[in-house]
Amino acid sequence: MNCVALPILIPLVLMIMQIFFRRKIFSQWLGISGSLLLLLSTFYLFGQVTKHGILTLNVGGWPAPYGITLVIDYLSILMLVISAVIIFCISIYAVSFLKTTGEKQRFYIAFYALILGLNGAFITGDVFNLYVWFEVMLISSFVLITLGSSREQLSGGIKYLSLNLIGSLLFLAGIGLLFGKTGTLNMAQLAEILREDDSAILLNTSAMLFFVAFGIKAAIFPLFFWLPASYHTPNITITSLFAGLLTKVGVYTMIRFFTLFFVQDQPFWHNLLLTLAGLTMFIGGSAAIAQYEIRKILSYHIISQIGYMVMGLGIFTPLGLAGGIFFTLHNMIAKTNTFLVSGMVFKLKGNYHLKNIGGLVKESPLLAVLFIIPAFALAGVPPLSGFFAKFILIKAGFEDGHYFVTAVAVFTGLLTLYSMIKIWNEAFLKKSPEDPSHEKDKIKLSLLEVLPSILLGLISLGMGIFASSVFGYTMEAANQLINPSIYIETVLYNQ
Amino acid sequence: MEVLIAILVGFLYAAGVYMILRRSIVKFIIGIILLSNATNLLVFLSAGLTAGSPAFLSDQVSSQQEFSDPLPQALVLTAVVIGLGIVVFTIALKYKFFEVTGADDLDQLKPTDNQK
Amino acid sequence: MNSVILQIAARYVRWMLLIFALVALIRGHNYPGGGFIGGLLAGLALIYDGFAFDHKRISKKRKINPVGYIGVGLLLIFISLLFGILSGDVLMKGIWISLNLPLLGQLKLGTPFIFDIGVFFVVIGITILFFLSLKRR
Repeated sequence: MNCVALPILIPLVLMIMQIFFRRKIFSQWLGISGSLLLLLSTFYLFGQVTKHGILTLNVGGWPAPYGITLVIDYLSILMLVISAVIIFCISIYAVSFLKTTGEKQRFYIAFYALILGLNGAFITGDVFNLYVWFEVMLISSFVLITLGSSREQLSGGIKYLSLNLIGSLLFLAGIGLLFGKTGTLNMAQLAEILREDDSAILLNTSAMLFFVAFGIKAAIFPLFFWLPASYHTPNITITSLFAGLLTKVGVYTMIRFFTLFFVQDQPFWHNLLLTLAGLTMFIGGSAAIAQYEIRKILSYHIISQIGYMVMGLGIFTPLGLAGGIFFTLHNMIAKTNTFLVSGMVFKLKGNYHLKNIGGLVKESPLLAVLFIIPAFALAGVPPLSGFFAKFILIKAGFEDGHYFVTAVAVFTGLLTLYSMIKIWNEAFLKKSPEDPSHEKDKIKLSLLEVLPSILLGLISLGMGIFASSVFGYTMEAANQLINPSIYIETVLYNQ
Repeated sequence: MEVLIAILVGFLYAAGVYMILRRSIVKFIIGIILLSNATNLLVFLSAGLTAGSPAFLSDQVSSQQEFSDPLPQALVLTAVVIGLGIVVFTIALKYKFFEVTGADDLDQLKPTDNQK
Repeated sequence: MNSVILQIAARYVRWMLLIFALVALIRGHNYPGGGFIGGLLAGLALIYDGFAFDHKRISKKRKINPVGYIGVGLLLIFISLLFGILSGDVLMKGIWISLNLPLLGQLKLGTPFIFDIGVFFVVIGITILFFLSLKRR
C-alpha cells in the first residue's frame, strides 16, 4: 500500500478524535500518542525514501499533470521527520505548560489542524494545493495565537493576521499569473515548461509575487515586522511551536520554487537573495542585542537565522543548498528548544525579563545544562549541530566567491553568541535580584516538563556528532534539487 | 471583455490597498475583502474568458477556442471558500479586540511592540 | 432584536431554507449548488432564531453545538477518502453506483457525495460558530 498520504491522514484523524473526545485526560494522552504515531510513520517513510527514491501518489487516481500529486523527496522527508520530532516534544510540553483544561482542548484541535496544513505543504506537488495547505495552517495559527484572548494576544494577533493575509493574497495572485502563462499547476510540469522558457520578464512578475509572499511567511528582511510584534504574546508552548515550524515552511517553499522552476534570470535572483540574506542576518542579530526580554531576544534571532537559510539558497551550489538545508533542520530543533527552556525559566521565576531574574545556575543546574546546549548550538560552538551547519555554509560561500555575505554570516555568529551569553549571564550566573529573606517555596520541575527539552538537546548533540551522515542526507536532497530531472521524471512519467 | 475585467481588477486592487493603509481596523478588513475579490477575479481571468461554451471537449466542440477551462473556476471556488473563512475569522477577532480594548485604531496597538 | 414579523416568519422561513439547502446539496454535483452553498443556507436556517429572538435560543434551547457539526463533517470527509483505499485503489478515488429507482429514474450515488455532505456540515458549523462568537458576550 502506498503510504505517502500518512502525514496528512494521521493529523486529520487525530483532529476529528480531539473534537469528539474532549475529556481532559483523554485529550492529553491522545495528543501525545498521536504525535508519537506521526513520528513513527515519518521514520517509516524516511526508510522508504532512502530505499526507493522519490515517492509519489496521485490522489483520486487522476494521472499526474491533471490531478493533485503528492510527492516526497529527500527535502520533504527531512523536513517531515524534524517537524514530527518537534511536534512530539511540543505535545508533551503542552500537557504541563497550558493552564486550563479548555485551553488544552482547543489547543490540541488547532494544533493538529496546524500540523495537517504543515505536512500537506511539505508533501504536495501542486502549486494551488500548496496554497490551500498554507491557508489551513494560517487559520489554525490564528486560532492558536489568540487562544487566551488577552489584550496583548489580540493586539499581537491582529498584526500577525494582517501581514500574513496580505502574503497569502499575493501568493494567490502569483498562482493566477503563473497559470495564465503556463496552463498548469503541477510543479513537475511547471518545471518542464519553464526550464525551456526564456521569457524571463513575464515570469519575474509572478516569481516576485511568490517571493514576497514566502518572504512574509519566512520573515526575511524588509517583511519581518509581524514576527517580533506577535511571537511573544501567546502561551510559551504556542510560541515554541511557531518558532520551530512556521517560518521554516516559508523557507521550504522558497527553496522548492526557486530550485524547481523559477530558474530564469539567475544572476538577478541570486544577488537579491544573497543581499536580503545578509541584511536579514545582520538586522535580526543586532536588533536582538537591544532587547532584554528572553522571548524577544529569541524572536529576533529567528529572523537572523532565516538569513542563513536564504543564504544557502542564494549561493545555489550543491554545497550551499546542503548547508542551507542542514541549517534549517538544526535551527528548527535548537530554536524550539531555547523557547521551551525559556518557558521553564518563566515557571521557576515568574518573569521573562532578564533584569528581574537570576541565580538559576544554583537553583536548577539541570536547566542550565538544558539551556547551554541549544544556545551554543545556535551560536555555532563545536561539537553541536550549529557549528557544522554554519561551517558548511561559510565554506560554500567562500568557494563560490561570495565573500561579503560570508563575512556578514561570520560576524552575525558573533552577535548570536553575544546574545546567548547575555541570557546566560543575566538569567543563570547573576545573583537573583529577589530578596533572599522571604524565601518562597521552591518550584521543582517535574520529569514530564523537562523531557521534551532533554530530547531536543540530545538531538542537537547527535546532529553534531553524527554530522557526516546528516550532511550526507542533506547533500542528497541538494543534489535532487539542483538536478530536478529525476523529480520531473518520477512525477510525470513513472506512475 | 478581458480588458474590462482587467481594469476592474486594477481598480479593486487600488481600492483595497487604499483601504488597507487606513488606520481603522474595520476599514482594513474591508480592504482585505476588496483585495481578495480582486485576486479571485485575477485567477478567474488567467485562463481567458470563453462565454457559453462547455468545460469539456465533445463531438460538437472540438477546437481549443470553444473550450472553456474549468480549472480556474474550480480554483476560484476554493479561493472564495477560503476567503470566507478568513474574513469571518478576522471579523470575529476584530470584534473580540473591540470588546477588550474599545479601540478601532491601529495606532492603539503600539504597546506590544516596544515594551521593555 | 424584537420584531414580531421576524419572529413569526422564523417558524416558516427556517424550514423553507432547510429544504432549499437540501435541494442545493443534492443537485450539487452536476448543477449549481453543492456542499458549500447548501451549508451556508442551512447554517442561515439554524441561526434564524438567533436573529429573530435571542442567540441563547440557539445554544440552550436547540442544543446546537457548532464544533460538533464541524467534527461530524470532518468525519464524513475522512470516511469518503477511505472508500478509495478500501476498494483496493488509491486515496480519494471516486466510486460510483447507479440505482434504478421506480419513480425517480436512474440515480447515481458516489463517494464525492459523501464528501459534499461533509463539507455541508462543516460549513453549517462554521456559520453557527461565527454567529455565536459575534453574539456572545
